[in-house]
Amino acid sequence: MDTLRLDFSLPLRSFRLELALAVGRETFALVGPSGAGKTSVLRAVAGLLRPERGRIALDGRVLFDAAAKIDRPPEERRVGFVFQEYALFPHMTVEQNVVYAGRTRSAEVLERFRIAHLAKARPAELSGGERQRVGLARALAREPDVLLLDEPLSALDTHTRAGVRAELKDLLDQLDLPVLLVTHDFQDAAVLASRGAVLVDGRLRQIGTPAELIAAPSDAFVASFMGANLLSGSARLGLGGLTEVTLDDGSVLYSVDAAEGLVDIAVYPWEVSIAREPTRDSALNHVRGPITSLVHIENRARVQVGALVGEVTTASVERLNLKEGEFVVASFKAAATRLVARSSDTRG
Amino acid sequence: MIRRRLFTAALSLAAVIALVFLLLPLVAIFLRAPPGELFAQLGSKVAIDAIVVTLKANVIAQALILVVGTPAAYLIAKHGFRGRAFVVTLVELPLVLPPAVAGIGLLAAFGRLGLLGDTFDLLGVSIGFTQTAVVLAVTYVASPFYLRQAIASFEALDNALLDASRTLGAGPARTFFRIALPLAGKGLAAGAALSFARGIGEFGATIMFAGSLQGVTQTLSLAIYAQLDLNIDVALALGALLVLVSAAILLTIKVLPAWTRSGSTSLFPFARFGSS
Repeated sequence: MDTLRLDFSLPLRSFRLELALAVGRETFALVGPSGAGKTSVLRAVAGLLRPERGRIALDGRVLFDAAAKIDRPPEERRVGFVFQEYALFPHMTVEQNVVYAGRTRSAEVLERFRIAHLAKARPAELSGGERQRVGLARALAREPDVLLLDEPLSALDTHTRAGVRAELKDLLDQLDLPVLLVTHDFQDAAVLASRGAVLVDGRLRQIGTPAELIAAPSDAFVASFMGANLLSGSARLGLGGLTEVTLDDGSVLYSVDAAEGLVDIAVYPWEVSIAREPTRDSALNHVRGPITSLVHIENRARVQVGALVGEVTTASVERLNLKEGEFVVASFKAAATRLVARSSDTRG
Repeated sequence: MIRRRLFTAALSLAAVIALVFLLLPLVAIFLRAPPGELFAQLGSKVAIDAIVVTLKANVIAQALILVVGTPAAYLIAKHGFRGRAFVVTLVELPLVLPPAVAGIGLLAAFGRLGLLGDTFDLLGVSIGFTQTAVVLAVTYVASPFYLRQAIASFEALDNALLDASRTLGAGPARTFFRIALPLAGKGLAAGAALSFARGIGEFGATIMFAGSLQGVTQTLSLAIYAQLDLNIDVALALGALLVLVSAAILLTIKVLPAWTRSGSTSLFPFARFGSS
């Protein structure tokens, strides 16, 4: 059952935010580059921004309806809003922050969020993770009908981020609430949300589960946002029912997707394998060239060959003794590629 | 080498001249008569009358400034409206206005023959040359000091805190009293101290609009002027008192940390001082 229904139009500085969306009792992620209007969506739901046209309803309760001249003030909307930097009241203790929401069961809430021992502390004395827990506790203390999270992990350093993300995931899974989450990081969205939408310049480009968005990005922007390599070329029907794509540098790649004309080939780094010599395997696509960069990330390494980035394990890097500047062959299967239309308004 | 030393010496000389020039008159007040003598003069009728009139007028004026000025500053600072910059400039205009102009303006507006004179006449109220006139004069010249600082303090507040308060179920009034006021408090106090300092020393507008009647409209500054020809020791004693009061106010402002940070939008200064 859908509980949060949005359908509105709101002029922002350089474009118009226009979207229709239905969110059930699930965590729904709005992802997109900064400045795409993501936060404005949350502010419109909370009543902090007034759309020009449209309607916002929560559990059948109308929060905003331009035609019927309904615009409930934020304090009457029953929304829990966790702000980007958490917006904890600096002159109040943790407990006072939670009590401010107006419910008396603060002790229980503090206990549930494991911040009871911080009850008398001021926000300035807390770590990033603790601040987030207080922000969540405060937002949920009012028993809202929807939870709005604005970049909940961006205020944290990379060191604490993964831990807090897992913690947040557990919490969101337990909540029986529609949660609208805004993030510019697709990985965060993939971990936290059951569904998501890509928002660019005020418009939804694609809605789906994280897996669907990765498997079938609707356009080049969505593909690159998911982390895919994009190689530009010209497509035509080739041998064996495959599509033959001639890249701008003259080399030819193959895809199982059907397309014609100017396209981008999308291939994820983890689909690309790296070898010293051309191999006789099932991969149809081979790009030969020197390694232009090799970056280690935890137990993996990102290896760049020409315009292509492949992700391989650190163990493989050692076994093949890969180094920057050495010639290698990057290979991927025609079945691992997606052809996406190149649109003029696509940005990298 | 010698040139460089000469230059440093010139700088030092300039600094010494400036300091001595600024401090000498203040020191002179205290050196003209022994401290015991000065203190005794404060017990004279004219001195006590002036102190009472000044305190009364300033307490009432400050109350008016705080009660009306604080909400007005909040509105100007936090609610975007067309012509906002123009309104802020208007608020600041009396700051640079010559006091004599403020005095004649008040007369023209509230005096018996002024713009609102007939209205007040009908109501049986006469403002000119009463304590009400002193209060109006002080309020007029002092309030812009408070308003300016209050607007800056509210502007420095992080909007996310006010938004958070609203989504947590607090209406605009509760948000103002529980979040905006406490967080802007230090800046507001600094503004009040500044405007109080200006009000205590008010002279020009008061003498034009309220006159200098001992025990009615004669404030400390007016009494100093009046006693100059009658009893210079009383004038000096009142001068010494105002020097001490001004120094105390200045110290208060310097100690209030928000004064130096009023332009900062960071939460942390507030947080740190809030937790101490």
